[in-house]
Formats: sequence, structure tokens, C-alpha cells
Amino acid sequence: MARCNGCHSPRAMVPALAPARWPHGHSNDRRTTMTDFLQLLISGIATGSIYALAALGFTLLWQASGTINFAQGEFVMLPAFMMLGFGALGAPLVLAFALTCIVAVFVLGAGFKRGVVDPLFKFGMMPIVVATIGLAMAMRNGVRAGYSAEAHPFPSLFGEKLFTVAGVTVSAADIGTLALALALVLGTQAFLGRTVTGRAMQAVAQNTESATVLGINVKRMIFYTFAINALLACAAALLVTPVYLAKFDMGESLGTKAFFAAIIGGFTNSRGALLGGVLVGVSENLAAAYVSPAYKDAVALVIFMAVILFKPEGLLGRKMERKV
Amino acid sequence: MTPTRRTLLSLALVAAAGAAQAQQAPIKIASLVELSGTGATAGTNFKNGIELAVKEINAAGGILGRKIENTVMDTQSNPGVAKGLAQKAVDMDVFAVFGPVFSGSILVSMAETKRAEIPNFTGGEATAITQQGNPYIFRTSFTQATAMPKVARYMAGSLKAKTAAVIFVNNDFGKGGKDAIVKALEGWRIKVVAEVSTDAGQVDFSAPVLKAKQADPDAIFVYTNEEESARALRELRKQGWTKPIVGETTLTGQKVIDLAGEAANGAIAHVGLTVDAPNPPIRAFRTKFEKEFKYVSDHNGIKGYTGIYILKAAIEKVGKVDRAAVAKALHGLKVSAAKEPGVLMDVSIDAKGDLNRESFLVEVRNGKQEVKDVLPALAD
Repeated sequence: MARCNGCHSPRAMVPALAPARWPHGHSNDRRTTMTDFLQLLISGIATGSIYALAALGFTLLWQASGTINFAQGEFVMLPAFMMLGFGALGAPLVLAFALTCIVAVFVLGAGFKRGVVDPLFKFGMMPIVVATIGLAMAMRNGVRAGYSAEAHPFPSLFGEKLFTVAGVTVSAADIGTLALALALVLGTQAFLGRTVTGRAMQAVAQNTESATVLGINVKRMIFYTFAINALLACAAALLVTPVYLAKFDMGESLGTKAFFAAIIGGFTNSRGALLGGVLVGVSENLAAAYVSPAYKDAVALVIFMAVILFKPEGLLGRKMERKV
Repeated sequence: MTPTRRTLLSLALVAAAGAAQAQQAPIKIASLVELSGTGATAGTNFKNGIELAVKEINAAGGILGRKIENTVMDTQSNPGVAKGLAQKAVDMDVFAVFGPVFSGSILVSMAETKRAEIPNFTGGEATAITQQGNPYIFRTSFTQATAMPKVARYMAGSLKAKTAAVIFVNNDFGKGGKDAIVKALEGWRIKVVAEVSTDAGQVDFSAPVLKAKQADPDAIFVYTNEEESARALRELRKQGWTKPIVGETTLTGQKVIDLAGEAANGAIAHVGLTVDAPNPPIRAFRTKFEKEFKYVSDHNGIKGYTGIYILKAAIEKVGKVDRAAVAKALHGLKVSAAKEPGVLMDVSIDAKGDLNRESFLVEVRNGKQEVKDVLPALAD
């Protein structure tokens, strides 16, 4: 009854006065409405920052190598199971995460580049896109057949602590996820824009031949991109799995939402991924509460279509000439 | 007596014994169960329950002096395979068929047993199974339509709820359950102040929980699959919901408790069958089952076990191994656990093949399901 300070007995007023729908007939309406809105906003931002992390992987691969990886969701799912595996062997969460990062750089970074992108690169983007869709299916069903089809609980890095501020409940995980996601997005962008390696990576993306002439080790730069993508996927797995639960198909909806978020925010801008992710997360939540839960999943699609129609480069993206 | 005559005599004795044995041929049954695929857990438990009951009955001399011979077949959790195996069981001329457990499978395979007029016991819980006028189908557990009135009775009686919100998953399972509970709650004059639909696989439950809370009900009824139940419980805890959370079977399952962690504590649910029941025959069953199979049975184990004993009670009531007569006797049959301990609880079967018996109200405490209350059978 925390949020209904003005009324005492719910039984006394509910059947007689309050209609079943929202908002209920109540003298403290405005205040309740505000706290509810904030509650939805904060959960939405937390969910959105999860989308943003996965979306960052899309923009990164696009910027650095002009490929789209539709197995991005599965790139988050696989590290989650690796961490569970290391955890089962007795490793604490942080150690399991560190070990998973190492394995992921080799498997999801180098392995993915050598096995899928390199052989298909000369045929253009479409074959790679199709190959990643196939890879996603293989990874999903591999985990289902080889490990388990059931959902598994996953420990949270930030614990289960809850805070109530002005009637709004926030969990430590919400704050931690948002903070870490923000730090990773901004950190990645700073790395790309401010460091020599980062700039070299961008140079490779913009014009491979000139980059070679300038003495940049192109192969290494492209590998760095894939390695960073793998590390970001591990970080996303660490943050999302306590909520999503470790399950073979957890990457499916995550990957789709992240793709929409990346387009909405702008494929050419890492900050766009953050904006797109949060926008999708918040509007989903608000639509589910104020319109109808049935339209929750349609929201991302509607924003996506609006962006494609009116600002195809994305909200924060810049217009880009076609790459050759 | 010459050796030849002695041999002839002994041969005659053997022949006589053989003839006597032919009269006492075993009662053949077939178990069509999910031993692989998605239903493997349910099917294996159901099969093990059957095998334990068959072993006990045979050790005690069988039914009317005849042993039971059980043939196990794997449906692979596939309705098409189940239908084919049902045909095979018919060709084997079995006396009764047990399984499949999956509602989707029994709904197609029971056409075969019906045509051959063979009693078919199922573990399926979909309401539709017994709504088609098949006189040869019998359940071993409740349906949504029998469980929900018990939940409503508990909410009105013990919880004294006047209003309730229903959070359900938008699939056949969820919608069927929602319709059944809303009808049952109305019967007890509990006003349903919010019906909140959620998606299968939904991750963020903040909006549905908020919607349910806004309606300010006395209790929230949650009817979703395992993972979503866990997420709903976590979100209810997060948003500070302190009034009762009620469910049916799934909400307090061990899988949900594992996934929801601490947030599962305090959740209440109605369960038809549980090995944790404070009931000496069920306790004894649990021990025997664990000794035989080295793990603790779930509710499907109890379904298979009691199903065999219900069949035994029906055959003994008729007094002869006659399929049509036994099927007829099963309708309206009442078996008391005092007379036939194998049924574990007093049970009655109605004209459609649905059964009625006591059930349990459980609460999650310290990450374990504990039986809080025994709910009597519904009045006929």
C-alpha cells in the first residue's frame, strides 16, 4: 500500500469506486501516476541499456568492417553459458567472466572472423549476412542439443538489493547495468576516436587501401574490431543473463531488438546505439502499460520504420556514401 | 512304472499345468509414454509410476489371480508417433492403454483406443480431452476446469479476498486457465479487477505487474509458464507487493523456485498431486519410488502409479477381466484409499472420465514447497 497513502482500505474502495482500468479513481491520482511513470521509465532505461550493449556490437562491426552480424544475440548467449560452465567448475563469477572473455576473443572474435567473414568477404555483404543467420541457428540448436533446452538461473554481479526512492523501486542491478553499459559505450567511442589504434581502425573502415599505404596493419585492425565485439558481447552476457535467464534462445529477441536499436540510433555512431537502445526499452514499457501489452513488441518496429522513412541514417547517424 | 510310462505321465502333468496357465494368462497393458523429446521428464516419471505399481501388484498375486504384463513404447513426444503406437497397442489386443501424458498426443491417439473400445488412462490435463464424449478415456489428474474452482474457493475462504487481478500468458494454456479462473472467481463473488496479458518469453514484467497493482486487488493470481512465473515473482517482489500471490501448480514448481530465488518465498499455489503431501500412503509411495528409481518422483509418477490401481479396483469391482464391463464400471467409480491403498487418496471418477479427489495448497518457504493445507474434493 506504499503508493496509496491517502486511502486506507483497498477493499472499501475498490469494488465500489475504482474501475479496473488505469488510472484508478483516487484522490492521489497525480502522485501515483507520476511514481508509476517513473517506475516504468527506470525499468525501461535499464532494459534499454541492455539493448544498447548488443546494439553497440552491430555498429562497431559495421563501422570497422562493413558487415552485419545477425548472430549478435547468440554472441551474447554463448558467453552466458560459458560463464555458467566455468561457474559449475567452481570459479567465482568475476573469474568465470575473465576466462570467458579470453575464450570469447578466440572463438567469437578470431574464429568468427577466420571461419565466416574472411572466406565470404570477397562476395560482398549479403553472403555474410546469410551466413550469420545460419550461424545463429547453429549456435542456438547446438546449445539446446548439447547442453539444455531449459532456462538456468544466473548470478547477478550487483546482488539483489532494492532501493526505494520517492515511491520508485530501483534495484542495484538496474543502476549497475545502466552505469556499466554507459561506461562501455562511451569507452568504446573514446577508444575509436581518441587513440591511435582506434583511429587506425576507423581509417581501415573508411578506406582500406589508403590505410595500407599509410602503413596501418589492416589485418590486425580488423581482428581488433572482432575481438572488441566479442568482449562487448561477454559484458552484455554478464549484465543481461540474470534478467533474461540463461537459455538457448535468449539471443533471439535480444538480437532483433538490438538491431532495431542500432538502426534507430544510427549505424555509424556508437552513441546512437545507446540512444536507440534506451528509446526502444522505454517506449516498449510505456506502450505496454498505457496502450496495451499486446503492442509491446510492435513499438520497436514502429519507431524503426519511422526512422527508416524519415531519417534513414538514424537519429545520431551521419549520411554516408556507399562503401566500395 | 516303466520309464516310458513315467515320462508320459510327467508330460501329461506339464500339459495340464500349461492349460491351467493359459486360463490365467497375464493381463496385457501398453504404456505409450514420452521417453524422449520435450516430454521426457513427464513421460519417464509416468512410466516409472506404472512399473512400480505393476511390480507391487504382481508380487502380491496379480489382479483376480492374473499377473499384469506391461509393454512400454516411446512416443518421442510426437502426437503422430503416439497415434501409430496406439494402433500397435490395439493390434496387440491389450486390455488397457496408459498414456500418453502430453495433451496434444492423447488428443489424437485416443481415437484409436476408442475405436477398439480399450480403456485409455492419460496424464494429460487439457480440458478438451474429456469433452468429446469418448467413453474409454480416463484421467489420472485434474484439469484446469477442476483445479480453478478449488483455487477460487481457497481465495474466497482462507484469503478472504474480495478482488483479484489475473496475470496470464497469452497462449492456449494461459488463456484456458484465465477463462477457468475468472469463471470460478465470479462464482465465489470475487471481483476480477484486472486481466493482464503477457507474452510467452516476456522478459520485462514491470508493466504487467504495475498494471495489476494499480487495480489494487486483494490478491494476484499468476498463470504463466515456468520462466515467466519466475520473472513475475521477481518483479512483484521488486515493486513491493506484499499481499498474496496465488497460482496453480506451475507457480510453486521447483524449477520456478530455482529461477526466482528468494522472490519465490511466500508464493501460494494449488497442486493436484505432490509427493510432499502429509499423507501416509503418499509418503510411503515416495519412499518406495525413491528406493526403486533413486530419485524423487514428480506428480506424473503419482499419476501413473494411481492409474494402475484405479484400473485394478475397477476390474475387481466387476469381478472379471472384461473390457467393456470395466470401462462401464470406471464411470462413477469411487475408490477409497482405506480399501485400496494404491490409489493413495480417495478418488471418484465421473461420467466423462474426469476425476475428483483431495488436493493440496502449498506455499514456498525457504526455497522449498511446503504443504500448507489439504483441500477437500469439490462437492459433486
